[in-house]
Amino acid sequence: MSDFLVLRVIAKLLIPFILLFGFYVQMHGDYGPGGGFQAGVIVAAAFVLYAIVFDVKTARRVAPMAALVSLACLGVLLYAGVGVANLIYGGRFLEYGALAHDPAHGNHIGILIIEIGVGIAVAAVMMIIFFSFARRR
Amino acid sequence: MFVAATGIAAVWLRNLLASAMVLGIYSLLMASLWVVLDAVDVAFTEAAVGAGITTVLMLLAIALTGRHEKRRRARPWLPLATSLGTAGLLIYATLGMPAFGDANAPAQLHVAPYYLAHGQAETGVPNVVTAVLAAYRGFDTLGEVTVIFTAGIGVLVLLGGAKRRQRKETEPAAGDSA
Repeated sequence: MSDFLVLRVIAKLLIPFILLFGFYVQMHGDYGPGGGFQAGVIVAAAFVLYAIVFDVKTARRVAPMAALVSLACLGVLLYAGVGVANLIYGGRFLEYGALAHDPAHGNHIGILIIEIGVGIAVAAVMMIIFFSFARRR
Repeated sequence: MFVAATGIAAVWLRNLLASAMVLGIYSLLMASLWVVLDAVDVAFTEAAVGAGITTVLMLLAIALTGRHEKRRRARPWLPLATSLGTAGLLIYATLGMPAFGDANAPAQLHVAPYYLAHGQAETGVPNVVTAVLAAYRGFDTLGEVTVIFTAGIGVLVLLGGAKRRQRKETEPAAGDSA
């Protein structure tokens, strides 16, 4: 695919904006449509686009499989960890009110953190699936 | 109408590459349908996951296996009857559903008014969908993330490192056919 000049230039232009849009969707999920799932998929799509247009090896060097696996674990653990943190602070599992002095504020913080966990896990898993398929060729 | 047409086309086409493309179009049409129904979050997910990543993964799977469906001689009457029967039952069941946008439908009366009235005050999050997914239904979302995580690990175990290395050692010429 490396001979298509137009594709290469356009992809190079687009990828930073795709990543930026992914982070926007991640952090803006509580005010507009979006959230961790969508953001994770968008960030993974940027890597997939790079791997398809340029080459898989470079993309894999940026996102090595070991790092992706630990990121996927980190995302799930971040989510569950927020739940456990509530238990420690005297609340109930995944009831974020105990995270701050004001229950509404605590809820907001909790939602923000678990959405980040979801985003990390989804992005990492999507890339794991893509790279394990792409590696077989 | 278009959604149904693309759905049928995806099953009808023998060329799997074209089928995957048509499924991508189908997802995009579904996404616009969700937008029309004011379900922006669902539309977003459908467009990103259904039309985007799933199409890419299907294309990769086709690249690994082969792009033409095998022609089967046997006439699949029993599966056809089963699916038509199920579809008929489901369509019959929709007749019992409340009218679209009915204010007295159970979905509007149960917990939804509470979420809409108290969601922002209790969670500090203006987007009610996010509040419901992350706070009120936090357990469900944790389950979903775990399912995705498990899927990734499963793919890794099935297609991952050890098998590949073994193949390389035993049959070095296997790379040509793939």
